[in-house]
Amino acid sequence: MSLSWTRIGAILRKELRDYRRNRFVVATMAATPLLFIALPTIQLIAANATGKAVTLRVGLSLLYMLVIPVIMPSVISAYSVVGEREQGTLEPVLSTPIRREEFLIAKALAAFIPTLVTAYAVFGIFLAIAALFAHPVIVSAIYAGTHVLVQLLFTPLLAGWAVWIGIAVSTRMSDIRAAQQLSVLGSAPPLAILVLMSLNVITVSTALAIGLAAALLAFDLLAWRVVATMFDRERLLIGGRR
Amino acid sequence: MVVERLSKRFGERVAFDDVSFEVGVGEVFGFLGPNGAGKTTTVRTLGTLIAPSSGAAKVAGIPLSPRNGPAIRSRISIMPESPGLYLRLSVRENLECFAGLYELDDIRGRINRALASVNLTDRAADLCGSLSKGLRQRVALARALLNDPAVLFLDEPTSGLDPVATREVHELIMSLRASGVTIFLTTHRLEEAERLCDRVAILNTTLRLVGRPDELRAQLFRRSLDVRLRAPLADPGAVFGAVSEVEGWEQAPSGYTLAVSDPDLAVPALARALVDADADILSLAESHHSLEDVYLELVDEDVEATRR
Ligand SMILES: Nc1ncnc2c1ncn2[C@@H]1O[C@H](COP(=O)(O)OP(=O)(O)O)[C@@H](O)[C@H]1O
Ligand SMILES: [Mg+2]
Repeated sequence: MSLSWTRIGAILRKELRDYRRNRFVVATMAATPLLFIALPTIQLIAANATGKAVTLRVGLSLLYMLVIPVIMPSVISAYSVVGEREQGTLEPVLSTPIRREEFLIAKALAAFIPTLVTAYAVFGIFLAIAALFAHPVIVSAIYAGTHVLVQLLFTPLLAGWAVWIGIAVSTRMSDIRAAQQLSVLGSAPPLAILVLMSLNVITVSTALAIGLAAALLAFDLLAWRVVATMFDRERLLIGGRR
Repeated sequence: MVVERLSKRFGERVAFDDVSFEVGVGEVFGFLGPNGAGKTTTVRTLGTLIAPSSGAAKVAGIPLSPRNGPAIRSRISIMPESPGLYLRLSVRENLECFAGLYELDDIRGRINRALASVNLTDRAADLCGSLSKGLRQRVALARALLNDPAVLFLDEPTSGLDPVATREVHELIMSLRASGVTIFLTTHRLEEAERLCDRVAILNTTLRLVGRPDELRAQLFRRSLDVRLRAPLADPGAVFGAVSEVEGWEQAPSGYTLAVSDPDLAVPALARALVDADADILSLAESHHSLEDVYLELVDEDVEATRR
């Protein structure tokens, strides 16, 4: 089966245009950076740099920013299918030659791209502020080791997981709000593992981290096939009416 | 389009059953039936949005099957009951999205032509959310025209529109008809089917009748005359019985209704007979049966009731 990037692009472009005019989305995208930069930077700048506490504090600040690629895509993607259904736009879209896989991939990208942009922007601003204003010990703690790499790597991996969970939920639910709640809940498990790792509840090893990353990557790249089997045109168009 | 013994059930419930008909190229085919008759479900089935329970069909020459879904959908288009536009996008942006979904080339040119054919060229930049219901319907029609469909499905294109907007949509459909587009139009409005369609099928879960509007009328009713007199006849049986062209008569609220084979012969003979009987004739005319009578006659048989 060949996927048409023209069709995927058409849906993706439509979604991005729609976000720009959706006050709720604009407000969320603007508020997220503020919220997620303020707390960790204040913490770091205010911290007096001594001993082991520094490492833990740096770790938690970075972890805190990984909440962005979990929450943001799960809220957006939970809306993706059920939202179109509710607006009555799903039927005309599905009346075109589009394949369900194309529709789902477009929806996934539409949640993934803005998330990645926001999360990386927040991280970049955080790094810049830390470099300029934080205590040198803290700065070296941030840049030492694999922190930055882990952050850059896990941001898209977590986002991918959250996107697919959200879309899967969205194809099954008939209520937007319930879909978003369930989706946020479903996107949390990988983050929980990271939390446990950074709190040293689970002993961190390079092998474990790479294993988790590989598992997430495999999930992100293959999930569309599974979600596509959940996407049943007939049920989506006429279900919920009986 | 060829449809053979097509049925769709939702569990126990029958949406439409054993429906067969053909639609020729360039024809405007009306699918007429009351609410719940199965019109929308038929359109969705033929548009490959839902699978039939049994039966077969060819749409735009392609056999209906799950595999052929994308191929069929690329050659047809459907204007659903509600327009389903992206309200935060402009008219042009909505059309751009669908032009992409059909993988069309010359997107600009096609959009401009589609907009021109529904007279919306100067509203292209307006957000769909700001448009009236009638204009949204026209945008949906423009969207359905983008891919030059081999079959254009219009599902109740005027439901919920005011008379002015309805007339505009009717005019658009007539101009499409003139330009040779094959149209499958569902409606529960008789005058709409009668005005716009070359042939009409009357559906009430099963197909009741298919034919040209005038044929349907002739098929169901013998021709008849309405007779209005100043005063009732003393012995109508004797007067009407004496006129050989009159095949039967009955009392009507405002006079009499006579069954005749040929009104052109019956009227002069009848007029003479009435004058001879000293009746004052107010009017003597062929009664006009609209398709509405045909329709009510068929629909009144009330399958709805027997089904439940
Ligand atoms: N999703 C569904 N589940 C169960 N019954 C349905 C569903 N959709 C339609 N029906 C039933 O099928 C019949 C035909 O509906 P529909 O095609 O919408 O009629 P129309 O468009 O002619 O008004 C109705 O009796 C309706 O209740
Ligand atoms: Mg309907």
